[in-house]
Amino acid sequence: MNTNKLFNVLVPLISALIGLVAGALIMLGFGYNPIKGYAALWNGAFGDIYYFGETVRQVTPYIFTGLAVAFAFRSGLLNIGAEGQVIVGWLAAVWIGTTVEAPMIIHLPLAVIVAALAGAVWGFIPGLLKATRGVHEVIVTIMLNYTALYAANAIVRNVLSDNEDKTPDVAGTASLASEWFQNMTYFSRMHYGIFIALFTAVIMWFIIERTSLGYELKSVGFNEHASKYAGMNVKRNIILSMVIAGAFAGLAGAMEGLGTFGYMSVQSGFNNLGFDGIAVALLGANTAIGVVLAAILFGSLKVGGLNMPTEAGVPTELVDIIIALIIFFVASGYIIRWLLLRFKKEGK
Amino acid sequence: MGFVDLLQSIIPPALFFSAPLIFTALGGVFSERSGVINIGLEGLMVMGAFVGIVFNLAFADVFGGWTPWVSIIVAAIVSAIFSLIHAVAAVSFRADQVVSGVAINFLALGLGVFLTKQWYGKGQTDMVSQQFFTQDIPLLSKIPIIGEIFFQGIYLSSYLAIVLAFVAWYVLYKTPFGLRLRSVGEHPMAADTNGVSVYKMRYIAVILSGALGGLGGSVFALTIALNFSHATIVGQGFMSLAAVIFGKWHPLGAMGAALFFGFAQSLSVISGGVPLLEDVPQVFLLIAPYVLTILALAGFIGRAEAPRANGEPYIKGTR
Repeated sequence: MNTNKLFNVLVPLISALIGLVAGALIMLGFGYNPIKGYAALWNGAFGDIYYFGETVRQVTPYIFTGLAVAFAFRSGLLNIGAEGQVIVGWLAAVWIGTTVEAPMIIHLPLAVIVAALAGAVWGFIPGLLKATRGVHEVIVTIMLNYTALYAANAIVRNVLSDNEDKTPDVAGTASLASEWFQNMTYFSRMHYGIFIALFTAVIMWFIIERTSLGYELKSVGFNEHASKYAGMNVKRNIILSMVIAGAFAGLAGAMEGLGTFGYMSVQSGFNNLGFDGIAVALLGANTAIGVVLAAILFGSLKVGGLNMPTEAGVPTELVDIIIALIIFFVASGYIIRWLLLRFKKEGK
Repeated sequence: MGFVDLLQSIIPPALFFSAPLIFTALGGVFSERSGVINIGLEGLMVMGAFVGIVFNLAFADVFGGWTPWVSIIVAAIVSAIFSLIHAVAAVSFRADQVVSGVAINFLALGLGVFLTKQWYGKGQTDMVSQQFFTQDIPLLSKIPIIGEIFFQGIYLSSYLAIVLAFVAWYVLYKTPFGLRLRSVGEHPMAADTNGVSVYKMRYIAVILSGALGGLGGSVFALTIALNFSHATIVGQGFMSLAAVIFGKWHPLGAMGAALFFGFAQSLSVISGGVPLLEDVPQVFLLIAPYVLTILALAGFIGRAEAPRANGEPYIKGTR
């Protein structure tokens, strides 16, 4: 079905376009100049090499959380818990980064791996409960988000620091920060994590498209009962899917802890990397390449949006409205397909 | 500290924290009973909180002491209209309902903060002057013991929430309308064959969830937060969604779950004055509601049976 593949590309593209046009209309409605607004957005994301570095920095964790949501989605699970998985990953990475002493070749990989493991454990709990007790994964992941948030805050305050609001910086041997990137981008916080992110996207593509595990995961997502009848271990696949998804999100936390910030602070609320990951996964149609592209779009919008108040007077939140509308139209893909088909028929 | 004093220091705050969750969870029950998943409860609460606060600030002089009541009604109406977006997407456009709900969450927060900056020139509004106040219920508060625990220093909005839960139960289980609404969520095709308009019922259910979510958000804003910013509603909508599932999609069950969450949330606030709890580190009290929920689901409640057609768009004429 060639038209089907075409639609899979067209629907997100058209949705993104409609979202941007709607953003322009809103700017017009409130008396702003949309051309000036979007110019400010563009400058804020790619206007000079510093902003470019910051954009890459923001895209990095989005790729991971996007993959985390997308991977679970492929086997029919809704991972609302990326938020909490990011937090435990961040905490674990900083924990290793601040307390262990080792040469870089051991220290950095160890911190990254432990972060992934922490995220995996946070994904294992809802996976296990879903598989063995039939408990809805949405509710468990929501509860685990809060558990992670409050527990991490307490650990930052009482264990990793002496009653302070942030941990010490991670050791240089566990840092992803790159002097080379920083010098090149006028001291943006861009770090090596982007390579790990792109590599992980390839791994996800490989697992889903080229291994029998990926085939089973997809199969469970399409039809649990048929998969069971075909002799697949549905329970094991559900757990595995959540574990891998959790590991991806845990890595997003490592990016923040070892790359962007280099420490962890007490958080008054969620940082929304996980929830934004849902948007990234959806726009990316739950495929690895789609997630990378969607992460680039949302990362640029988010970083570029910060420049809109100063350069064009438009509140940053316009970006959130645009993102919301894009998701809305991706969801309503049916109506876009319908319109496209009509259009095509009349054209003939 | 006597036992009655203890209850008196626990129950009113528990009711206080529960009320917004009860309203919103009831909205979730209506929506999901009709077969439309509503992850957007959080966004509906945000919209309700935003409208409630803005209306309250603008009209405090006009309505005086009645301002909070008028505010929550206006918030309910506006959120009901806002929820139409979810209804159109989920019912008419056959959208993935989870996705559309996520969009609602993003949209409400974006719009709310955008308009706040537009109208007030800063990221958060001023504090409202006309909020809900605690009061003693006349007569009932005079009853010995029970009056002290349940009817003194209470927000009327908390009682409204509990009453509405029973109303929702009556509507869903004792009226023809409720039967139709549930049938549309269980087996839309069968309902359609019997002459029930699936689309109409689902639209009504989603709009009801919008109104109730708006009530929940505005009650939260006018009792607890007292202003609007990006951090006013942080996860209460998701808690309500959890209450829907925990309560097994039943209005009274959802109310019970919301009361439990409210009670658990109040624990960390009141622990200072309660013996036994005083010595427990704050963090355990903070995470207790969430961990307890997981344990309860895993241990006692087990498999949650959602309405059969939950999440499936209904397409007329297919089999």
